[in-house]
Amino acid sequence: MKKFSLRSAGLGLAAPVGALIFALLLCALILVITGHSPVEVVDQMVKSVQRPRTVVNSLNSATTYYLSAVAVAIGFKMRLFNIGVDGQYRLAAMMAAAVGGASFMGSLPSFLRILMTIVVAMLVGAVWAGIAGFLKVTRGVSEVISTIMLNAVATAVVAYLLNPARLAVSVAGSNNIGTAPITEGGQVPGFEYPGSSSKIFGLIFLAVLVGFLYWFMLNRTRFGFDLKATGLSESAAVASGVNVKKMIVASMLLSGAAAGLVGMPQLLGASHSYALDFPSGLGFTGIAIALLGRNHPVGMAFAALLWGFLDQASNVLDISGVPKEIVVIMQGVIVLSVVIAYELVRRYRLRLEQREVGTALGTTTTPAEVSA
Amino acid sequence: MSAGGLTVGVEDTPAPAKRRMSPMMYLYIAVAAMLSVSLVRVLTGADDLTSSGTVAAALTAAVPIALAGLGGLWSERAGVVNIGLEGMMVLGTWGAGFAGYQWGPWAGVVAGVLLGALGGLVHAVATVTFGVDHIISGVAITLVAPGLTLFLAKLYFAKAPGGGQKQSPPISDVSRVSVPGLSTALGDLESKHWFFVSDVAGILRGLITNLSLLSLLAVVLFIVTGYVLWRTPFGLRLRSCGEAPYAAESLGVNVYKYKYAAIVASGALAGLGGAILAINSSQFRDGQTGGRGYIGLASMIFGNWRPGGLAAGAGLFGYTDAMQLRGEDSVHALLLLLGLALLVLAVIQLRAKRFAVSAVAAVLGVAFVLWFATTDQVPPELVGATPYVVTLLVLSLAAQRLRIPKYIGQLYRRGQGG
Repeated sequence: MKKFSLRSAGLGLAAPVGALIFALLLCALILVITGHSPVEVVDQMVKSVQRPRTVVNSLNSATTYYLSAVAVAIGFKMRLFNIGVDGQYRLAAMMAAAVGGASFMGSLPSFLRILMTIVVAMLVGAVWAGIAGFLKVTRGVSEVISTIMLNAVATAVVAYLLNPARLAVSVAGSNNIGTAPITEGGQVPGFEYPGSSSKIFGLIFLAVLVGFLYWFMLNRTRFGFDLKATGLSESAAVASGVNVKKMIVASMLLSGAAAGLVGMPQLLGASHSYALDFPSGLGFTGIAIALLGRNHPVGMAFAALLWGFLDQASNVLDISGVPKEIVVIMQGVIVLSVVIAYELVRRYRLRLEQREVGTALGTTTTPAEVSA
Repeated sequence: MSAGGLTVGVEDTPAPAKRRMSPMMYLYIAVAAMLSVSLVRVLTGADDLTSSGTVAAALTAAVPIALAGLGGLWSERAGVVNIGLEGMMVLGTWGAGFAGYQWGPWAGVVAGVLLGALGGLVHAVATVTFGVDHIISGVAITLVAPGLTLFLAKLYFAKAPGGGQKQSPPISDVSRVSVPGLSTALGDLESKHWFFVSDVAGILRGLITNLSLLSLLAVVLFIVTGYVLWRTPFGLRLRSCGEAPYAAESLGVNVYKYKYAAIVASGALAGLGGAILAINSSQFRDGQTGGRGYIGLASMIFGNWRPGGLAAGAGLFGYTDAMQLRGEDSVHALLLLLGLALLVLAVIQLRAKRFAVSAVAAVLGVAFVLWFATTDQVPPELVGATPYVVTLLVLSLAAQRLRIPKYIGQLYRRGQGG
């Protein structure tokens, strides 16, 4: 049934490409209205992208974004909205940083230290997401609302724990506070990139691995099959013996565990401690990327790279007097127009299919739309 | 209010026989609540619990939340989940900053409403016309809005006198009114610190002294909403779109039109909330909303999708917000109050033979009372989490009593029912 044809491939690409073009045009319009030259802006961003530093930073951002997108996508596949990735990864990163930087870790071999840090992050993320899963199956609380609430609670808990009286220490030479720094044995070394002082995160491989596992789980395991089946048709899944409640909890736990990984490349590769300036809001970026990449492991990788490059290349704009937020606007427009475009393509395909069926059955007068 | 999501977790318990509480009942409950607050105040000596200053601050904090929640109510009553409220509020803050510093606060209000409505329109186009999932559209709007406003702020505020990259020049306040005479009399009563009497006086005085016209506007909008949605044919039709759109369609209601109207109104109200937030803090600042759109949504759920309950929820959240600024003693006293409230809930649930809920409430109640007894203060960081924890508790303990619009979050296409 799923035969590869040029037309279906073209249709698949039409949505994201169309959305991109639309977003570009809209942003160009905004720039013209506000008295800037779109050509100049594109030129500057393209020049910036060619700098080694931008390349490294973009790859690093993309690594983080990708992990976040996978965490969101695990939920999406089951039609669960884990809006709480944001809170999950922040809480997880802080707890992991506290464990990784704890003094008793100093005597352990490097591999074990890194492993323990990452496992703690996954556990914390899973527990925090698990609360939402638990509330959904036992009390019927919508995960959208509970994860939004849990995001805010996570912010409060992090603020509470990140206090010199508890898990934090003052960072020397600034009024920043953070967890005790992770010493060298607990860090993950990065890769040199010629011409850049910053390194590519060593944990970029973790992102690749997670992407592979995500693909493997969805397409090669019974669990993944059940997950997709539940997302596509809950009643059909129930009829074929899927325990939906168990699936909800399991997928929330998995999603949370993946969310726990989001902060790891940054923590173990660059920051080495969780401080007040640890990147925030990555969970929402993940939602955008999962939507753009349609929850597909490769699609999301492209989307993450696009986001990473857009973010990093925009940094040059502020200097030349164009607010770099034009890129944020563009990203938002991409997301909104891409979901609309996917919906339009889906409807078009449905009509096409109905027409084909109609032709095949010889009843092709007016193909009435079947309820979607 | 899962948007087309899984519904298995929802237990289909038969709804308990509806018995509407009489107005007297509400009065009794209010008096009982007031008595326990007074009791806690006297016991703990935290006079700020009911001081007019606290109440005035709570009202100021509650109004933007309440308006965001009212926006959510309009949209959700028409069957569309709106988690873009936060984004629409952000647009409102910028609008108030932009128009407010140039042409005065009322121009700011108008601009905030218009921009919020524009955000609502985008949500309507995406969800109603194009059938995009409501949550996705809402998230996208919340992603765009801060970027857009910061972009515009850098363009228009950076060079304006008194403005900056991330903030607008100062906006003047609207006029404030007091009820003459009564205000001072109540002030005398309040300063006596008598049990109950002074508490009531403090609360009344906080509500009628130096009252912003914008808060009055919010009150009027609540009454108007209640009237329009529940007492007019328009409101009935609008709500029918959220309960059974295909049935509404069969009776000749143009569901698309009503959904559009509801979502645009929703955005306008959220924008107004944002504008009031900006005007009350005398300028637009980047990140000013701080999740108030979400708290608004939470207070709507807390209020069971009704204006009265929503106002109570927003008031409660505004109150915790105000308490944070009122010193640690008051916050500490809140623990005892919360513990007692949970214990009362436990007894009520026990009498209704809901043993599991009763047990959970009792355990939590005892825990809060113990927390109060064994500590001297609450870490200020945790106080900010109160609205969210309360919402989670309400959702998980009172889920059966919540009455969500039936067709919420689902895709409606004309002529495809059945």
